[in-house]
Amino acid sequence: MAFMGDMMNPAPFWQNGPAPGAFYNFPGNSSSFGPSNHSVKEFKAHSAQPITTTTTVIGVKFDKGCVIAADTLGSYGTLARFRDCPRVIRVNDLIMLGSGGDYADYQYLKDIIEQKIIDEQCIGDGLNLKPRSLYCWLTRVLYNKRCKMDPLWSNYIVAGIQDGEPFLGSVDKLGTAYEDAAIATGLGAYMATPLLREGVDKGNLDEETAKALVRKCMEVLYYRDARAFARYQLGVVTAAGVKIDDVTEIAHNWSLAHMIHMK
Amino acid sequence: MSSIGTGYDLSASQFSPDGRVFQVEYATKAVENSGTVIGLRGKDGVVFAVEKLVTSKLYEPGANKRIFHVDEHVGMAVAGLISDARQIVETARSEASNYRSQYGAPVPLKYLNERVSMYMHAYTLYSAVRPYGCSLVMGTWNSYDGPQMYMLDPSGVSFSYFGCAVGKAKQAAKTEIEKLKLADMTVKELVKEAARIIYLVHDELKDKQFELELSWVSKDTKGRHQLVPKEIATESENLAQQALADIEDSDEGDM
Repeated sequence: MAFMGDMMNPAPFWQNGPAPGAFYNFPGNSSSFGPSNHSVKEFKAHSAQPITTTTTVIGVKFDKGCVIAADTLGSYGTLARFRDCPRVIRVNDLIMLGSGGDYADYQYLKDIIEQKIIDEQCIGDGLNLKPRSLYCWLTRVLYNKRCKMDPLWSNYIVAGIQDGEPFLGSVDKLGTAYEDAAIATGLGAYMATPLLREGVDKGNLDEETAKALVRKCMEVLYYRDARAFARYQLGVVTAAGVKIDDVTEIAHNWSLAHMIHMK
Repeated sequence: MSSIGTGYDLSASQFSPDGRVFQVEYATKAVENSGTVIGLRGKDGVVFAVEKLVTSKLYEPGANKRIFHVDEHVGMAVAGLISDARQIVETARSEASNYRSQYGAPVPLKYLNERVSMYMHAYTLYSAVRPYGCSLVMGTWNSYDGPQMYMLDPSGVSFSYFGCAVGKAKQAAKTEIEKLKLADMTVKELVKEAARIIYLVHDELKDKQFELELSWVSKDTKGRHQLVPKEIATESENLAQQALADIEDSDEGDM
């Protein structure tokens, strides 16, 4: 499999060993200490900030599944640079994934996940990845990267059906993970979570009310989050499978804007 | 027997005086002892059928499969030493995966075939290794190129085919395949023909038990390689058995 190391190019037999006829150079002794004894390649850069970013992704659980929604804007700092950055994907029949944060890091992880699914299909035993497994795998990958002080700068929401029950979980760039019935990442965590929780706490959320609730949140976020966008994706996962709608546009109305005066 | 090879067959890196590489020929012999594998390329896809010989009743049904998925869109049917074949399958999978990670697109069969062929060929060049004792049939379908199919030999030679057969009864199978109008046929028709041919060429006296493996990749499967669904496979198998019984009846009638 692709993730089991490279069969064709094994690692050198003795890494960092002395060259033939040379002495071993023990690291950290007085003669090798000091910046002049280090080559440029020994200094390693770590990602300290995201570059092209996406904002909130929201997810909510209903009686028979989950809804995820995210807009399609890729921001370059505060510049609204890319208008078509889809970030809600179908992983397999029972898993949907949404992401916010650095878009390149998301694309990197998406390719790995897609190859994971292909590897699984190649085995051909009919077993499929379950949402909680992907969620756990994401915690491991993201936590491992942050432990190297080089995090993948993005948040993930995993939605799916785990053994017949809806599953909704979130993993952030540090590997911190939790499951909840309503999740919003980024700025939406402050603005959408209360709305979502209100909807969830009423109980008996069905697919249509859940979708309406999420659409309402996307609208609120569009008005209040300067990094949000009017065009967004909305996906639903139920036992029947994953369905991600075509990008829809919020009908926005700014006629009240002139009445708002900042002090 | 003593004349065979006569000293020139100890290594894959040495020619015989008349320009042959015996190790490669022996590898081809290993393939000829295996159950028959056929690949048919129709107008809307490719069908694979394998006569998997079951050498012991103690095996579970479906063990030691000979049809593999290489990527979402590529299927591979193998003849010859199964353990050698599995290693080639792994190689093909990692090549497909590499291509995908580098170019962000599924690997075109032409390129996958090139890479796997070169890999197999490399094993015919050195004295320290032996050639792979297996032949492979690879197939795919996409809307741009349509159906494609290649067959690879232990020598590293590969060709694109409309229809091909390897293994024990390859001659008989080829004769049957040549009777078909492959380019006009759909995979749904071909899968029945494939099953019929495998049943027809199976030698009941020498090999008692066998399992029929069927898979396809076509327009209908949206370019994904899949095992033929159970109902269709059973139907094809029943038709094949019926066709075989009819032939036997008519043979008796003649006598």
